[in-house]
Amino acid sequence: MKYVDEYRDPAQVKSLLEEIAKVVSRPWTLMEICGGQTHAFLHHGLDDMLPDEIELVHGPGCPVCVTPLEQIDRALAIAARPEVIFTSYGDMLRVPGSTVDLFNVRAKGGDVRVVYSPLESLKIAQANPDKQVVFFAIGFETTAPANAMAVLQAQKQNIKNFSVVVSHVCVPPAMEAILSSKHNRVQAYLAAGHVCAVMGYHEYPPIAEKYKVPIVVTGFEPVDLLRGVLAAIKQLEAGKAEVENAYERAVTLEGNLPAQKVINTVLQPVDRKWRGIGMIPKSGWGLRPEFESFDAEMRFSVGEIVTQESPLCIAGEILQGIQKPPQCSAFGKECTPSTPLGAPMVSAEGACSAYYRYHREAVFHE
Amino acid sequence: MNDEFDFEGYTCPVPIKPNDTVVLGHGSGGRLSHDLINRLFLPELGKAAPRALDDSAIVNINGQRLALTTDSHVVSPLFFPGGDIGRLAICGTVNDLAMVGAKPIALTCGFVIEEGLSFEILQRVVQSMRDSAAEAGVYIAAGDTKVVQKGGADKLFINTAGVGFVQSNINISGANARVDDVIIISGTLGDHGIAVMSAREGLNFETDLKSDVAPLNHLIAAMIQVGEIHVLRDPTRGGLATTLNEIAIQSNLTVELQETALPVKPQVHAACEMLGFDPLYVANEGKLVAFVKAEDAKKILSVMHQTRYGEEAVIIGKVIQTKNPHVRLRTAIGGTRLIDMLPGEMLPRIC
Repeated sequence: MKYVDEYRDPAQVKSLLEEIAKVVSRPWTLMEICGGQTHAFLHHGLDDMLPDEIELVHGPGCPVCVTPLEQIDRALAIAARPEVIFTSYGDMLRVPGSTVDLFNVRAKGGDVRVVYSPLESLKIAQANPDKQVVFFAIGFETTAPANAMAVLQAQKQNIKNFSVVVSHVCVPPAMEAILSSKHNRVQAYLAAGHVCAVMGYHEYPPIAEKYKVPIVVTGFEPVDLLRGVLAAIKQLEAGKAEVENAYERAVTLEGNLPAQKVINTVLQPVDRKWRGIGMIPKSGWGLRPEFESFDAEMRFSVGEIVTQESPLCIAGEILQGIQKPPQCSAFGKECTPSTPLGAPMVSAEGACSAYYRYHREAVFHE
Repeated sequence: MNDEFDFEGYTCPVPIKPNDTVVLGHGSGGRLSHDLINRLFLPELGKAAPRALDDSAIVNINGQRLALTTDSHVVSPLFFPGGDIGRLAICGTVNDLAMVGAKPIALTCGFVIEEGLSFEILQRVVQSMRDSAAEAGVYIAAGDTKVVQKGGADKLFINTAGVGFVQSNINISGANARVDDVIIISGTLGDHGIAVMSAREGLNFETDLKSDVAPLNHLIAAMIQVGEIHVLRDPTRGGLATTLNEIAIQSNLTVELQETALPVKPQVHAACEMLGFDPLYVANEGKLVAFVKAEDAKKILSVMHQTRYGEEAVIIGKVIQTKNPHVRLRTAIGGTRLIDMLPGEMLPRIC
């Protein structure tokens, strides 16, 4: 398949691995920001092929994982209402709220539908004028343009029975939060290529400079990932801390300007609570006041809901790279993809689910 | 940024909540389905069924070995590229019989029809059943019809059950894999699942892909003639990954696959890349996976290549012995990863 196979080329992978092995002289800890990158490393078995000196820790870049519990509970409360058709990206369905998940809501009669694009939700709203159609607008900078576009279109077409639960998060504030923690172990970042395709990477030089960490914009295929690792290791070995783009085919410095314009028209920066991490100032997006009539939480007056914490789940430490999934005492025992204790075990991009699916130590390394 | 930011004390806030209701994932063929079978159906109903986990049971009646199976079909839409619910209902049961080495003889069919279904649609489905049964060489021996009120079912559900004969010298079961067995797949992976998905509402991708739904009994009859076959399975819901995990558990052995050997059509590969699916978990309805004695693999392959539904058969891996049974994949770039069962429903990812 074109645009995929050439970045999974075994010969190139081999030569990049050899070059990395040649360059590295001492232990380094890298964090890949995006859950998609975590999965790609494990999916291709790349993590085991890297030199022992290089440790990968897995970042918080999984939208399903960091959406706070009360947000999910509010969404579930809306989804259970008889007048509502609740639409969502697929992997949000299995994320448990404090008592149920969207699958259970559906099993008990709620109209919950998987969509591939928020614009599909608009079509559903037009086709069901007697229903309220709600879209669960979560995600990073990657999903924000399409989600914002749906709201913009709803306004333009005067679609009144459409609203959104907005829980958008942004990557750079989380990167700073991790670096500023006293438990931080991250020495270099592989920045999330898809996020940078939208936003560019002009936000990163102040972070690299302030915390003295190299930041390499990195893609998602084996060759992309290894190019990111190589660039980061070269910088670390040379004592540099610069921003570098190793995903040139998709990312420019300024990013996708029309997409940014749509985001800025509909959304504005807000403080956001991250599941497993906590409140990070100005780390998310909410609807601008002129679009607040599309705010589902206001429309359905879902109040604050008290959350219960599972003492077993260490998702917070996993999402900051302080611990790895197999170090969790619940991993693979109480916590599996069928019975997830925490969101990182649920999502296709969650680090725990990646380890469970591809890499359970107890089974695999004998 | 607040420099005094402190991560301590934050944990992931989800308590354990076992499902108290049936969810769609219980019918996905993956881990949830297995839990349901192992925790409820087998303990309550399956005490006398030693081979309940194979595609068909084998019952001894007066020295005759009779294969027995049943399957319900609930596909939406009823008609999809390459097939329809009628062909699916015949082939599903014929294949389940054939996967234990049986010669399928007769089927029953039960229709659950939602009121309002047009006779034109019903007739097309029934004619498709007639044609598929003729192709497989089986006959419909009995049937039943129920009509439910609007909303009581989704247009049309069909259950089929079937019987067949198993020769005395045949012993094919998910529990019979042996170390060094060679693993053969009869053709490309994921055609059915992606073809059906492409016909569903809301998924606007166009493809010329067709479902692979087909009766495999003639292919299997030819294979059995030329070599020693230990395991046969049709990797339907849950895909090849789930099927191989079942076999690994039943046989207490490890399966090692070569990623470069897995046959996947470019259209399926592209759709899976786009939607975030893995072809190993996508359903097939006209494919089989065979575990065969290594020395016989060549003979069996060449006979498969001469049949309509085995033309693209290839070797994809082998059986090895390890401490814990599992399924693993040698990736194209030389890494290794674990292949687990499908956990529940297959979910498209966010980005």
